[in-house]
This record gives sequence, C-alpha cells and structure tokens, in this order.
Amino acid sequence: MRDLDAVRSEADAELREASTGEIRQETMIINMGPQHPSTHGVLRLLLELDGETVVSCEPIIGYLHTGIEKNTEYRTWVQGIAFVTRADYLAPFFNELGYCLGVERLLGIEAPQRAQILRVLFCELNRISSHLVWLATGGLELGAVSVMLYGFREREVILDIFEAATGLRMNHAYIRMGGVIMDLPEEGPAKIRHLLEQMPGRIDEFETLLDDNPIWRERNVGVGLLNAENALALGVTGPMLRAAGLPVDLRKDEPYCGYETYDFDVPVRTEGDAYARYRVRLEEMRESLKIVEQALERWERTPGPVMVEDPKVAWPAKLSVGPDGIGNDPEYLRHIMEESMESLIHHFKMVTQGVRVPAGEVYQAVESPRGELGFYIVSDGGYRPHRVKIRDPSFVNLQATPSMVEGGLVADAIAAIASIDPVMGGVDR
Amino acid sequence: MTPAEIADRVRARLPDLVVARGEVTAIVDRDELLDSLTWLRDHPALQLGFLSSLTATDGPGSDPRFWVVYELRSVALRHRLRVKVGLSDEDPHVASVTSLHPTADWYEREVFDFFGIGFEGHPDLKRILLPDDWEGFPLRKDEELGGVDTRFHGAFHPPVDTRTMA
Repeated sequence: MRDLDAVRSEADAELREASTGEIRQETMIINMGPQHPSTHGVLRLLLELDGETVVSCEPIIGYLHTGIEKNTEYRTWVQGIAFVTRADYLAPFFNELGYCLGVERLLGIEAPQRAQILRVLFCELNRISSHLVWLATGGLELGAVSVMLYGFREREVILDIFEAATGLRMNHAYIRMGGVIMDLPEEGPAKIRHLLEQMPGRIDEFETLLDDNPIWRERNVGVGLLNAENALALGVTGPMLRAAGLPVDLRKDEPYCGYETYDFDVPVRTEGDAYARYRVRLEEMRESLKIVEQALERWERTPGPVMVEDPKVAWPAKLSVGPDGIGNDPEYLRHIMEESMESLIHHFKMVTQGVRVPAGEVYQAVESPRGELGFYIVSDGGYRPHRVKIRDPSFVNLQATPSMVEGGLVADAIAAIASIDPVMGGVDR
Repeated sequence: MTPAEIADRVRARLPDLVVARGEVTAIVDRDELLDSLTWLRDHPALQLGFLSSLTATDGPGSDPRFWVVYELRSVALRHRLRVKVGLSDEDPHVASVTSLHPTADWYEREVFDFFGIGFEGHPDLKRILLPDDWEGFPLRKDEELGGVDTRFHGAFHPPVDTRTMA
C-alpha cells in the first residue's frame, strides 16, 4: 500500500504541471437537431461554440423535403391545391389562396364576392391559429409550459371551425380556382361568433401572463436582434420585418381579395428583437379578429354563389361534410349515377383531365403569418402546370438565423429561432 | 406606378420587355445581369432593391433551355419587376447576385440543387435540400417523377408505387 503523503505530492505535482502548462483554447462544434425539441421540426443547426457563446452557426435544412413543386408538374391544376396546402402546414389556407389567385390570373377569372369574403375570413382565422402555435411552441421552448397549453387550447377552437367548414383540421384544399369549395355550414357563424367573443379576453390573458413577466422579458428583450436594413437585404418579411420598424404588409401594399376595403392596422415595433416580434404577433391576432368580424358581417349580407358559374372551371361535384370528413354529396351522386349521363361525363372529364390554363407566367404573393408567400406559376397551355415555385417565407427568414445568433449565447439561439417561427414543411417543401 | 409606366422607364436601358397580366418582365443577357440589377436597384424612380424570389424553369428542346427568374420588389414604392436570364443546355451558368442581394444565397443553392445551374461568385455553392451525395437534378424535365430505393433493415426496398406483391 502506498504512502498517503507520496500520493498527495504526486497529485500536487500533476496539478502544478497542469496549471503552468499552456492554456488551451478551442471551440466546440455542436449539432443541434435535426431531432431536438426546440428546433421546430427537423431543423439542424451546426453551432461552433466558445464556451456558451455562439461563434458561428450554419442552418442545415432539407430533412422534410417532399418534392411538392415537382409533384405539381405531374398532376392537374386542381390536384396542385392538395399539394401546396401541405407546404407550410400551419398556414394551409394561405398556400391554397396564393396558388389559386395565381392560377385565376392565368385563367383570367375572378372569384365571386361571397367567395372572396370567405377566403379573407378563413385566412385571418388561420393567421390567429398559426400565431397561437408560434406562441405555444415558443413559450414551451423558453420554459413557459402553461402558455403552451393555453395556446393549443385556443387553437383547438379555431380548428373546430375549420373542421366544421372543410371536414379537415389541416390541409383543407378548401380554396379552389374560381372560389371556395363550399359555403359556411349552418353552425359556422355561431362558432365564429363564439370565438370572437372569447378570443380578445384570451389574448388579454396572454399579455397578463407574459408582457411584464421577468423571465419572459429576460429571455426575449434584446435577443435575436435584426434591424430593418439587414432584414431587407436577407429578404426577411412578415412580423420579423414589422418588428424592425417597417410597416410592410402585402394586404396593404398589394391588396388581394378586397383587403383594401377592410379596416385594420398593421402593428409595428422598432426594437427588432424577439420581444418586439412577440408583441407584433399578439397585436396581429387582435387585428385579425377585427377582420374576421367584418368579414362575417359582410358574408351575412352578401348572397350569391361561392364558385364561378363557368362549368369549364368550376369543380363539378356538390360536396358536403359527412361523419368522416368532406365528400361527394349523396344527392349529387344519385344525380350523376342515376339521372344524367351528361353530368357523369362532365364530372369524369373535370376530375380526371381538369382545367386547361392558357400559357403564361405569374407571380402572386400573399401575406402569410410568416411573411411574403409567393407563387411563381408557369403554364405551357396544358392541363398541368409547367412549373410551380413556392417562395416560402420560412425558407427565406431562416436564412437570417446566423446573423441573429452569432455572438450571442447558445440559450438565446433557442429564443431567436422561436421568434423566427419557421415551419419546416414550408422551408423544405 | 402602373406596369406600363414601369415599362416606359425601364425600356431605354432594358429594351427586351414583356408586359402581361399586370406584370413587367425584362429579359436580359447573362453578361449584363449584375449591371442591370444594380441599375434597377439604384434608379431613384424604381428602387427595386428587394429580391422577392429567385428560381428557374426548364424547357428541354426550346431555346434557351433554362430561364433563371428574378422577382424584384420595391418595398417603398410598392411595385414589382421580373428579370429573366436565358441559359443554354451546354453551358448553364450565370453570375451570382449574392453580392447585390445576400438573400440570393439559399435561392441560388436551391436552383443549383434542383436544376444543376451554376452561379459564379457564390460563396458556398452546394446542395441545400437534397443530400450531398444525391445524383441528378430532380426539377429538370428529363428527370422522371419517382421514388428512390429506401434502406430498411439492411435491405433496399423499391419505391412504394413500384412494389409488387410477392
């Protein structure tokens, strides 16, 4: 057995050697994601860390690539709606709207008034539900678990409306070229009114919980800074740009679906940090409620069809929401199967072959919850698109990550990415 | 500004113009791309300093085969202009615009990834959405839509739609 003193002196010598030796400084490479609870799906960040400080950051994307753009080239124009709606899966109505407005411009048609109102109504409800998911997941990432529960609870109320109207909670394929697939169901207005009564109080609750919450402020104020000049150079749009001081909103700048006739404000903050983005999004929910209220009121006093009359464009089938989602109306099925051969032929041709769209190209942008959602659509005059490019705001906004997190703490990177609100389905498409 | 007014201002510098469906498209030579985009950005009446989107289209058999498409937007003046550059099949490459518009970085990588179009002067041109070892450029028209073999439990399985029951 060795002498205790000898062990001690040996350890002392080792310690001396270690302390007089050269201090080594090296950075550490850390892979955050793609399976990480706070990367909003399958985002991977290659972080170079010096202690707790982020030296460099490279976002790596593509884990959710599903080839939506290629797929649309092999389907009819109408089938394309069912593909694009799945890109940014938290904002399905916006994908459908951008695509359909683009195709409508190629066709040279315009949806009837009542359909335009329904489009605005559903898009604004969707904006609220999307912002609620951002609040819920963003809160969870910063440790505010109750905000997660409240956020998803309110979103459920909106998804119930979607389900009643379209048969589905997500990926509705509700907005079609020439209008929308069906009118509001009987219980729709009551459900929306209930939401309009309930929601302002719930937003107040969020504000009470978070606005002056010391932890929330500590984690968000001054974090993920991005000024307006850099935001524009990086192509950043939406709440991120508005939180940096620019009132850029396509609903005001390039109005579509009659947005110029609705009364609403564009919330702007000047700080350009995560807290400003939080404030902008909460205010946007209030503005969206204002628009929903106006749209519902207009819907009630604007009778008429929700789809263009032209049988060469309009979807032939009459649909209804049944117990297992949306489907062909039984009455309509009886009509084409038992009564009218011509209707059956027409139905078959429209469903299998679809619409012929004149050759040309358009770029149609709509203001999605995350910013400019653009569709560059090229037709060669056939029954299928030649090219559909989705300019998804998440893809572009995510590019600003390095400039927002480099030089900051690794824990702040989580808050910064949460404040971008990227949806990987839209990023990777 | 209306599309016609934009076209009037641009015509002297970029004569190859198309005005359709309320949109102005300028077709430029690939050697003049950077100069044209700089001019459009700096012109006080145009201020097209925001690159909204950048993508490409493929039309095999037509001349030129590829079009690289730049969607420019003026945030202040609220108008748009599209710039297109035609590229031949043999030599599909064009100057990178990342020096003018940093946002073009990922767009150009995406176009490279899907169309195999090169961008000279890009800081780090590599695949972005597909795996690094992917072969081919899927958004080219001569690439068919179809699945790839997936590895599962050590064996390769064909794509779902081509599987047959044994």
